[in-house]
Amino acid sequence: MDRIPILRMGKFLLVTIQIDLYDRLATNLETDLVYMVNKTGARGVLIDISALSIVDSFMGRILGNIGSMARIMDAETVVVGMQPAVAITLVELGLELKGVHTALNVEKGMELLQKKINGLDDEEDEIAANEDSTD
Amino acid sequence: MKQDISKLLQKKKKSILEDWMHLQLADAGLREDLMSNDELREQSAELLDSLLKGINDKTINDFNSDEFAPVYEILSGISISRARQGFSPRETGIFVFSLKDALLKTIVTELSNDQGALLETIVSVNKLLDNLGIVTFETFIKGREEVILRQTDEIAEISTPVIQVWDGILALPIIGTLDSARTQVVMENLLQHIVETGSTIAILDISGVPAVDSLVAQHIIKTVAATRLMGAECIISGIRPEIAQTVVHLGIDLSNIVTKASLASALKHAFAMLRLDVKRIQKEKEK
Repeated sequence: MDRIPILRMGKFLLVTIQIDLYDRLATNLETDLVYMVNKTGARGVLIDISALSIVDSFMGRILGNIGSMARIMDAETVVVGMQPAVAITLVELGLELKGVHTALNVEKGMELLQKKINGLDDEEDEIAANEDSTD
Repeated sequence: MKQDISKLLQKKKKSILEDWMHLQLADAGLREDLMSNDELREQSAELLDSLLKGINDKTINDFNSDEFAPVYEILSGISISRARQGFSPRETGIFVFSLKDALLKTIVTELSNDQGALLETIVSVNKLLDNLGIVTFETFIKGREEVILRQTDEIAEISTPVIQVWDGILALPIIGTLDSARTQVVMENLLQHIVETGSTIAILDISGVPAVDSLVAQHIIKTVAATRLMGAECIISGIRPEIAQTVVHLGIDLSNIVTKASLASALKHAFAMLRLDVKRIQKEKEK
């Protein structure tokens, strides 16, 4: 059975979708990704859909689901490289992918993830520091 | 006697053409600047020729007959080309209706000794030429409408330019009403440019949009959502007081979209998002 490879890059997981997704493949990806986030303790998921030219409402929902699932497992999701036609289709379908960050390309997506994670870490550090000082 | 009409007209063709040309040239509204006399004569001769070919006893009272198909075709061609050249409806009308005068003049002189036949022929010719007049105006207006349609397309095409105002910042001034078709063009244009230039911020300036109703707002919100999906931020600028009033009165929620009053302040916001700073250069002396 076909599977979409999930690559680990430090704290992040990288998924590049290079073939047209059919429903089964998409649900598999969703499951695999959640397991991988759990196993590796990844802080960010980057999904590159620049090769994806056709989306339907199901695909849109899967992307949204992945975002929400990763979020409750403390990982941010960034979808990068969306084609204009795909963006228009998703908007017309009323799917705005709330809870998923977007970026123009992989490079900018990585930057965004880095910033999100660092920002969160800083906050945690600050909280920790505050706790230390009060002790 | 009656069956002679077509032959009679055929025989008198030359003098009818002369009369017709004379009437056309005598008109004060003749546009020599748009069409030369030779060209006019050529057109007139062609039309008259096909008309006289089509006329006979049977067809004279039946303008839908196939005999007249070439006449209508020629007339439509002339009429449409005149509409494009910028002739006024009056000038185009005179072209056809002066033919009626010329034809009737000939018929009156030729049939003056048979009142019954004269009357009958005049009524028929009148009807026929009135019909030709209707065809002329129909096609004339069609020609004009084609011109208008083409211009509308051109305006829609021209009026959605995407400007790169800075490295990574695009501006899109929208001028004119936003309808569904236009939003589609605007959206596609903008998204395409975002991909091409790799811009992360798009400024949508709506100061040229005359009115914003809920539909237009819906279109704007859609465009913003699509740019967000692409991974770019969208700022809306040029919110005039009237627009702000209508948006609030209609209960449209723009709170999760960055909105600015002017393009300048939108650009400032964009610079801040990219962590750019615009500074005035200090003079040497002051240092």
